[in-house]
Amino acid sequence: MMEVLIPILVMCSIASGLAVLLAVADKYIASYGECKLIINKDTEITVEGGDTLLSYLIDNEIYMPSACGGKGTCGYCKLKVLEGGGTVLPTETPFLTKHDIAQAVRLACQVKVKKDVELGIPDDLLAAQQFKTVIEIIEDLTHDIKRIVFKLIDPEKIEFKAGQYVQFCIPETTEYRAYSVASQPSIADRIELMIRHIPGGLCSGYVHECLEEGDEIFLTGAYGDFYLREESTKDIICVAGGCGMAPIRSIVKHLHEKGSTRKITYFFGARQKRDLFCTEELRAIEKEFPNFKYIPALSEPISEDDWDGEVGLITATMQKHMKHDENQEAYLCGPPPMLEAAVKVLTAKGVSKSDIYYDEF
Amino acid sequence: MALFMIFFATLFTHNIALTYFLGMCPFISVSKNLKTAWGMGVAVVFVMTVTAAINWPIYYKVLVPLKAEFLYYVLFIITIAALVQFVEMVTERYLPALQVTLGVFLPLITVNCAILGVSLFMILRNYSYAQSVVFAFGSGVGWTLAIIAMSGIRTKLMFADIPKGLVGPGITMIIAGIMALAFMGFAGMVGV
Repeated sequence: MMEVLIPILVMCSIASGLAVLLAVADKYIASYGECKLIINKDTEITVEGGDTLLSYLIDNEIYMPSACGGKGTCGYCKLKVLEGGGTVLPTETPFLTKHDIAQAVRLACQVKVKKDVELGIPDDLLAAQQFKTVIEIIEDLTHDIKRIVFKLIDPEKIEFKAGQYVQFCIPETTEYRAYSVASQPSIADRIELMIRHIPGGLCSGYVHECLEEGDEIFLTGAYGDFYLREESTKDIICVAGGCGMAPIRSIVKHLHEKGSTRKITYFFGARQKRDLFCTEELRAIEKEFPNFKYIPALSEPISEDDWDGEVGLITATMQKHMKHDENQEAYLCGPPPMLEAAVKVLTAKGVSKSDIYYDEF
Repeated sequence: MALFMIFFATLFTHNIALTYFLGMCPFISVSKNLKTAWGMGVAVVFVMTVTAAINWPIYYKVLVPLKAEFLYYVLFIITIAALVQFVEMVTERYLPALQVTLGVFLPLITVNCAILGVSLFMILRNYSYAQSVVFAFGSGVGWTLAIIAMSGIRTKLMFADIPKGLVGPGITMIIAGIMALAFMGFAGMVGV
């Protein structure tokens, strides 16, 4: 009897001893009293110190973008910590450029609040809100991409610029994933996303396997400096692959609605015919809106595709159809190797680097 | 056995990283640059020494008299985890400068096999208290030596033409193997 009881007692007493030690330390050592967060010199938030900046900001309804759940691996939650943030930590350096460090940029998830902290947060980030939504439509666009329509419940309307993204909060986790909005800004009460199934992906797996119409989902946004420059009058080149369709579709539909006089050429790269989507919709816009031209290209068409359009990499198609003209700006969204190749073609065609906007995924 | 011999053995003939291949995860992932490798090394030395110094009395003064030795695996893990948490809170509060160089690495090595390995080896080899502390300290220094050598090599490798499939962890594993072979040259100098 005793040889059973003694080990149990030993185990429990040592474990609880350590637990008490940690609880006491947490209460007395890791507590920093009341600290003030001063945002852009005008807003003041008082918090109980000791936790990370990111968690306080989210608690106070300032929705910083963050895709990794505060682990310091995505580098999205950048903001300026003007005072009280301490030195830059080794966990942050991989995400910060020299310019960032000179500007006092830090990762909110790595900065612990131990005293009053002064912050600089861009206005558009402060404007980002959390939206309670209900899934209205889920449908297959291709074999691995789904279109999802979210109806906004609270708040009921969203303001965003064509091309920006929102974050999808995966239910029952603190993880967020970013997806570009595929609908145009004039539809303010709904958000459309296009989500590709990535094998092993947490969020895309959830969306493709578990999500059902009627489910309640929280989105935050809108974020991002990839958006249509409306004040510009230059002609527009759009290049996308896969789910890069989403922000470009938003931009094209927005320009169509506005009846823009700018010429728009949209190059879309896919592997086979089964990877093409929204084709009819874009062809319909093409008919009504003569300034817009849609040029899809297949890199590896199979014989069943019966494809008579462009064949080859999207960059070859761009070479063929683009004119050398400095009066153009470009919006790119797709996998990084594709973007890199596209940037080369664009600069060779006279587009200045400062007129190329891109969104990598 | 003389303390110096134990220290020497843990550095060269029985290096925890290159002979036992323990602690490989940070060894591969944190060895990209010298500065972070150094920070990680110091954290490992610290955690190994302190945990061995605490685990030894737990085993010999509590578990052995109560005939509950078989609990040592579980208990060592718990004490290591709790202790690291505690140390992290203390450095964060009172030693902010140290927190920047060392503190951020602490949670990374809490559940590292090299740390637990050292505590288990000291029991298996029947070391006395002083021997255990020296052994743990030496193992940490040996691991640091290995990761610093590795990061030095990797810095040079940035200019090397490495086959595409081997870039990163692949070539690092191969280098670790070659370093281990080199360290085998010390074998036989000391018997532990």
